[in-house]
Amino acid sequence: MMWDKLEVGTVGPVLEDGPLTITDFVRYQGASGDMNPIHHDTEFAQKAGFPQPFAVGMRQAGVLATWATDWLGPANVRRFKVQWREQAWPGDVLTYSGAVTAKREEDGQRLVDLEMTVTRQTGGTHLKGWATFVVPA
Amino acid sequence: MDKSLEGRRGQPFRMVVEEGKVREFARAVKSSNAAYLQGPQATSPTTFLASAAFWQRQEHSPWGDARLNWERILHGEQEFVFPGPPPAAGTELVAESRIDRVFEKEGKRGGTMTFVELVTEYRDGSGAIVAESRSTVIETGKAPQ
Repeated sequence: MMWDKLEVGTVGPVLEDGPLTITDFVRYQGASGDMNPIHHDTEFAQKAGFPQPFAVGMRQAGVLATWATDWLGPANVRRFKVQWREQAWPGDVLTYSGAVTAKREEDGQRLVDLEMTVTRQTGGTHLKGWATFVVPA
Repeated sequence: MDKSLEGRRGQPFRMVVEEGKVREFARAVKSSNAAYLQGPQATSPTTFLASAAFWQRQEHSPWGDARLNWERILHGEQEFVFPGPPPAAGTELVAESRIDRVFEKEGKRGGTMTFVELVTEYRDGSGAIVAESRSTVIETGKAPQ
């Protein structure tokens, strides 16, 4: 049923995330084990040349995966790739969106490819993503 | 950065996909999908293997004695590949990391940038690869604007 509803250009539901807080970053850092202080320690971030701590890129990659798996199913993901562009900051409101770019059958499996973006409220791109999901019969 | 880092491997390490960690991770990436919360068989979230750091000690890292300026390291790209569904809670994985590629590019704003591609392969108890993580980290010449 799902397969018939997915066409090249089909868009997933849009997800909004934010305003981001340092608490969001710390929650992800605790879960992932990446405690780099540049994401929560203002003095450390400023010494490294940044105005303030910035968002953990992997957190938003994870939220983007949440967006994709809520749409196409957590067990169906086969490939998920992100590339970071401009940084995201506390206070940002991010929009997660994406669309089907290809629909194909390979080794007896039905697959869809997605292209995804996470956009800041400024219009700037925080990250670009690509994914492949199997679509069960 | 040293091109000779290419091919360096860390020692294999063990990682158990734990139900509680799956829940904690799902919460941190704003998911309340039932598949991540369904008890002992919960699916792990797509980027869950980012938490492998809890299972790694220095000897498991392929960096060895390489000296990096961590204040100038950015994560440029990250990919996860799964031959089947992502590993479920309860799966005991054996993973090995290697440095796959080292190359330089001239950046527009950050001086000379060095790109390093790190690959970690995760195998289940049968020895089959169940996940591969590919990270590209970038060492910039100065703080990016």
